Amino acid sequence: MTGSPRLPPVARAIVDGDRRALARTISAVENGDPRVAGIVRSLYPRTGRTPVIGLTGPLGVGKSSLLSVLIGQLRARGKTVGVVAVDPSSPYSGGSVLGDRIRLERKANDDGVFFRSMASRGEAGGIAASTREVARLLDAAGFDVVFVETVGSGQVDVAIRGVATTSVVILVPHLGDEVQTLKAGLFEIADVFCVNKADLPGADLAAKDLSELVALGAARDGWAPPIVPTSTTTPSGIEELWTAIDAHEQFLDSTGQRTQHERARLSAEIAERVKDRMGREVAERLTRDPELRRLLDRVVARTLDPATAAEELFRTHYAPK
Amino acid sequence: MARRGRTGPIRVLIAKPGLDGHDRGAKVVARALRDAGMEVIYAGLRQTPEEVVRAALEEDVDLIGLSILSGAHMALFPKILVLLKAEKAGNIPVFAGGIIPDEDARRLKKAGIKAIFGPGTTLQEIVTTAQRLARGAA
Repeated sequence: MTGSPRLPPVARAIVDGDRRALARTISAVENGDPRVAGIVRSLYPRTGRTPVIGLTGPLGVGKSSLLSVLIGQLRARGKTVGVVAVDPSSPYSGGSVLGDRIRLERKANDDGVFFRSMASRGEAGGIAASTREVARLLDAAGFDVVFVETVGSGQVDVAIRGVATTSVVILVPHLGDEVQTLKAGLFEIADVFCVNKADLPGADLAAKDLSELVALGAARDGWAPPIVPTSTTTPSGIEELWTAIDAHEQFLDSTGQRTQHERARLSAEIAERVKDRMGREVAERLTRDPELRRLLDRVVARTLDPATAAEELFRTHYAPK
Repeated sequence: MARRGRTGPIRVLIAKPGLDGHDRGAKVVARALRDAGMEVIYAGLRQTPEEVVRAALEEDVDLIGLSILSGAHMALFPKILVLLKAEKAGNIPVFAGGIIPDEDARRLKKAGIKAIFGPGTTLQEIVTTAQRLARGAA
């Protein structure tokens, strides 16, 4: 017997390895379908112990290809793998072409891998609004390792750190000089750096620039991100890449930082959810509620500034008395 | 039934079963469906029927589009339909495009392929049909 008998049937099915129940629940979560809230809630206690590995980096650096070989590596060790791979949605049509599966090489009858593509649906930051919840579903479904592949990321796309326990920042040679590595954002969130396409000229220099970056600052929380050169064509460095990821996961456990980081992520998540909820409500009331409309009128008439209006609104309507 | 009361964008799998490497048609269609607001899971070249079905189930798609130019459609398409049924996913509509002789097209439609598009089909026709199929209209 595993777990509580009180799970709703669909949640039970997901835990018992029903991949279609999982696939359908993921769709419902993506679509914000309130009917699955109970399922998601019932599965939450079963989450939080699985490594969630974020793969991020600019477009074309080889995230999907690396993911495919990493999956192969983990399957060879008998580990099961759940994946959510995000690609961008069109700002024009809302549609998208999700192409991360193309690189996936695995046996079609292998139930040890579950691969799900996801559109970003207008969300900035590199992942979709529901990616975190979907990663949690994969966790609850019992996969040994969960991967989250972001959209091709820019310098500010760091949302993955709100989801992943280990963030791998993937780069390639000739992306820029060493000053680029000093800039805030993407380079800061790496728990592991990967210099992919290391068979190309310039890989040594890219790795050297990164190692200088790492050496320049005090290690964050006692962890200095390793730099792993890889190539998926040869292939080479893949085992080393997994070793580096695994080392970070073990570091999280041995230092107690796993709980600490999880606490910080969850705190941010709750705050974000409250902000979303209140934002929607306030926006709605500003059009509906006569009192709030008068407040807005004053701001439009330039007799009140937006910051003061927001403060007043918060104080009178939301701050505890 | 296909949409199962879903509210999000239509999810469609575009795959190329078989061994030919001509994927321009599949890409043009993928792009057109994207521009019509659909989420297109592009599975790429040389997919086995098992891989197509696996992808359709994992991605929980509303419909499947197959592109083929190798001539192996009479072997591969029915196999995909059989596998879908075996997975209790026979309700996912399948449409196809490529070089498929009229007589084969008739037989494939009888076997359960919902629509078959030959050369000269307009993208608008494909988009409209895909939308109709995804809504659950046969």
